[in-house]
Amino acid sequence: MRVLGIETSCDETAASIVERDAAGRATILSNVVRSQLEEHAPYGGVVPELAARAHVSHLDRIIAKAAETAGVKLDEVDAIAATAGPGLIGGVLVGLTTAKALAAALGKPLIAVNHLEAHALTARLTDGIAFPYLMLLVSGGHSQFVLVRGVGDYERWGTTIDDALGEAFDKVAKLLGLGNPGGPEVEKMAAKGDPRRFNFPRPLLKEARLDFSFSGLKTAVRLAAEQAAPLTDQDVADICASFQRTVAEIVATRARSALQKYAAELPGQPLRLVVAGGVAANKAIGAALREAAAASGAELIIPPIPLCTDNGAMVAWAGAERLALGSSDRLDISAKARWPLDSEDMGLNHAA
Amino acid sequence: MTETLFLADDDATADLGRRIAAVLRPGDLVLLEGDLGAGKTALARTIVRTLVGDERLDVPSPSFALVQPYEAKGHPVLHADLYRLTSPHEVDELGLFDRTDAIVLVEWPERSDEVRQQATAQVMLSVPRGGAGRNASVAFVDGRGF
Repeated sequence: MRVLGIETSCDETAASIVERDAAGRATILSNVVRSQLEEHAPYGGVVPELAARAHVSHLDRIIAKAAETAGVKLDEVDAIAATAGPGLIGGVLVGLTTAKALAAALGKPLIAVNHLEAHALTARLTDGIAFPYLMLLVSGGHSQFVLVRGVGDYERWGTTIDDALGEAFDKVAKLLGLGNPGGPEVEKMAAKGDPRRFNFPRPLLKEARLDFSFSGLKTAVRLAAEQAAPLTDQDVADICASFQRTVAEIVATRARSALQKYAAELPGQPLRLVVAGGVAANKAIGAALREAAAASGAELIIPPIPLCTDNGAMVAWAGAERLALGSSDRLDISAKARWPLDSEDMGLNHAA
Repeated sequence: MTETLFLADDDATADLGRRIAAVLRPGDLVLLEGDLGAGKTALARTIVRTLVGDERLDVPSPSFALVQPYEAKGHPVLHADLYRLTSPHEVDELGLFDRTDAIVLVEWPERSDEVRQQATAQVMLSVPRGGAGRNASVAFVDGRGF
């Protein structure tokens, strides 16, 4: 089956056509992302054009391009999938309403996709892995551990209680006067710095919970920068390196704890940790996660970065996974600004 | 009338948030101003939790999503962050003024004159030299005490 996927829940406007064969193998026939067309970089929160109006003006052309690249006419797809939340409601409405119109006009099923579910199922698109597995989503807007038991069957084990990790990178970049997007800029500077010069706090890390807190770290970076002012390039590099070391240690420590919990709660299941979100592009965090996974005897799966950041292929794939199980949605399903993965209506057909 | 106070720690910030929430009414628009790390989101978190009546509610930073909506007793609470806006007209699409009975908290309101003009209260937070505690000032346009 072939599914068109539409993603407009935050900054990105994206569309893709993905084919799923009877054995569950995926082929991405096209994957069109506006910011890539316009040469923006990965990580969260980088595209300055935020408004719903931007999605409206780009989406038709991006869908047409996705169909053209795939060599598929829109009436040849088997379903239309779109992100229905969580996200900025104006953007979500643009994508979901477009999908409803296409579904109604073409007589195809509509699949409403939770944006977080699309991230959660990406490793099955790229690596064909089986359920269950543990997912760590680290992006500009989210930082959470989720147990993925099956399509529509998720348990959130931990989340950020304040800032997301990608946001922390962006704000540290801003504090230090670095450019946008912040994540890659901090990483670039960190490569030239001393990761041991500053000792930044590790909020919550002494507690057993799997939650994150990055807000205090941002404040600590600010104070360090004020105390070292006026900042030389080396000071900035040292702060970036120390910040990056700290967050890598936090993420790795939490990953080890989450894998321990997984091993205890799902005995006999292979230990698998899947990473999603733009922060997966950070090499220091990737290395720390590899080490944590190896120490826990777990397999680490990091999909290619263009599929870790927001994209249409993950939405098309999540739609295909649902359609393969006979799940589709009514045309009156509503867009949701908040939609945690463990909501009651996350099951098949999104029945509450 | 502007009230200024020193917040020694997180508990003092939370206490201020509860006091502000206690006097907010549907239709209020509160500006939260201060540099990165000054504690705007931490203060907003307690205000939202108090308004919703759930001390453990997840109140994540709205920087990425721009607006985080909540439902209080009978009216919406919107927690917005204009930090990532590049053009003031983008505010029109955030729906901050769609419901006259909403209580709206806005971080980085400097990005929009329209939002500033409609404010019914202004909270300013700053970090004293050395980084311990926070200075806060709170003013209601109608002179309301809290």
